[in-house]
Amino acid sequence: MAVVSRGFGARRRESDPRLPPGQYLTEDFPVLSAGPTPRIDLGEWRFGIRTEGGAETCWTWEEFQALPIEDVDTDIHCVTRWSKLGTSWRGVSLDTLLDEVETDAAYAMAHSYGGYTTNIPLDELREGRAWVAFEFDGEPLDPEHGGPARLLVPHLYFWKSAKWVRGLTLMDDDEPGFWEQNGYNMHGDPWTEERYW
Amino acid sequence: MTVGGWQPARVVEAVGTTPSARLLHLQVPGWPGNEAGQHVDIRLTAEDGYQAVRSYSIGSYGPGETIELAVDEIPDGEVSPYLVRDVLPGDELEVKGPLGGYFVWRPGGAEPVQLIAGGSGIVPLMAIVRAATDARAAASVRLLYSVRTAEDAIYRDELERQASNGGVALTWRYTRGAPGGWQGRVGRVDDDVLRAATWEPGREPIVYVCGPTGFVEHVADALVGLGHPPARIRTERFGGA
Repeated sequence: MAVVSRGFGARRRESDPRLPPGQYLTEDFPVLSAGPTPRIDLGEWRFGIRTEGGAETCWTWEEFQALPIEDVDTDIHCVTRWSKLGTSWRGVSLDTLLDEVETDAAYAMAHSYGGYTTNIPLDELREGRAWVAFEFDGEPLDPEHGGPARLLVPHLYFWKSAKWVRGLTLMDDDEPGFWEQNGYNMHGDPWTEERYW
Repeated sequence: MTVGGWQPARVVEAVGTTPSARLLHLQVPGWPGNEAGQHVDIRLTAEDGYQAVRSYSIGSYGPGETIELAVDEIPDGEVSPYLVRDVLPGDELEVKGPLGGYFVWRPGGAEPVQLIAGGSGIVPLMAIVRAATDARAAASVRLLYSVRTAEDAIYRDELERQASNGGVALTWRYTRGAPGGWQGRVGRVDDDVLRAATWEPGREPIVYVCGPTGFVEHVADALVGLGHPPARIRTERFGGA
């Protein structure tokens, strides 16, 4: 039974069934990053996938923009407890990208410009549940929110949606990424509150 | 350091420290202690079962079952106004933690340490100041603290006292108004301030920056521009929510 805090609750916010447990609604777009924001030139930008066998598939920005682009409307949930409902993005589905590679791997490590990493089961990047997004709200994605392009995996806590993403390494076995080595959960489902170790 | 469940905690002291912030001392039976720079989740439950949870940085560090938070009120918030205005010694709440393994400082490193705080971003850096002082490492630590005015500075007295006792080197930056007799300029942290008040890149410091998102973005960008390697700059941003 939870401890009751005397007199708490006068300023409560309306609950919303779209909010996972322990989350609150924000209209802002707060930022969580471990270091400075990298600035990446589009001419230098690449997105690559390396399979467990070492084969590499790589796209330039121009090649990437020629792929089928999807509109994504989704709610997002940060482990720091804010959620934002009805956000709109544009990007390329991971299904499209993974169709180009041969793999039996079970896990992916996302790598970012600036050195950030995060691990995700490969199945969770398939079936229309993950994208590499480069537009937010009809505008090119701001650097502080991960531009030019970030991973978008909205059914997991948002630290899995790696900002400034530059590629995936596919792996047979799971390994912890950056926050996962620093106290956060290997999987990160907001609906079961997989926040910490 | 697997995080356990929610633990009951009791407020043992609640003292105003600025017009909008209060220092809270919480007694947490069984608290395992925490490193300098870690944070904690706070859960409040209303009589009808309604709950809200927020994360707060911890201003204290080390062993012991009492932790210190400094909570700044967000005017349209629902948790911070309760903690700043309503909660009284003897009241109960719940905590989970300690949390976070990255924005922490541990004694024993040889490199200089640069701390840069904006507003209530001082809280985890205060824990580092205290830890470094106790570890006799204060001479390698510099703190640049940006506040609107002197009265908005959390921990002002303690910081002044330890600085005048040969502790961590302290530089104030006032963005709105300076106290009487202030010789320096007033305004945002800029390249000139960073050059004058922080360890230069050649000394290879590790830099901790904490504050509101806009402050941290600006300062971290400027540090990179001055030649600090991005991997040596650790940031913690307080979102606008």
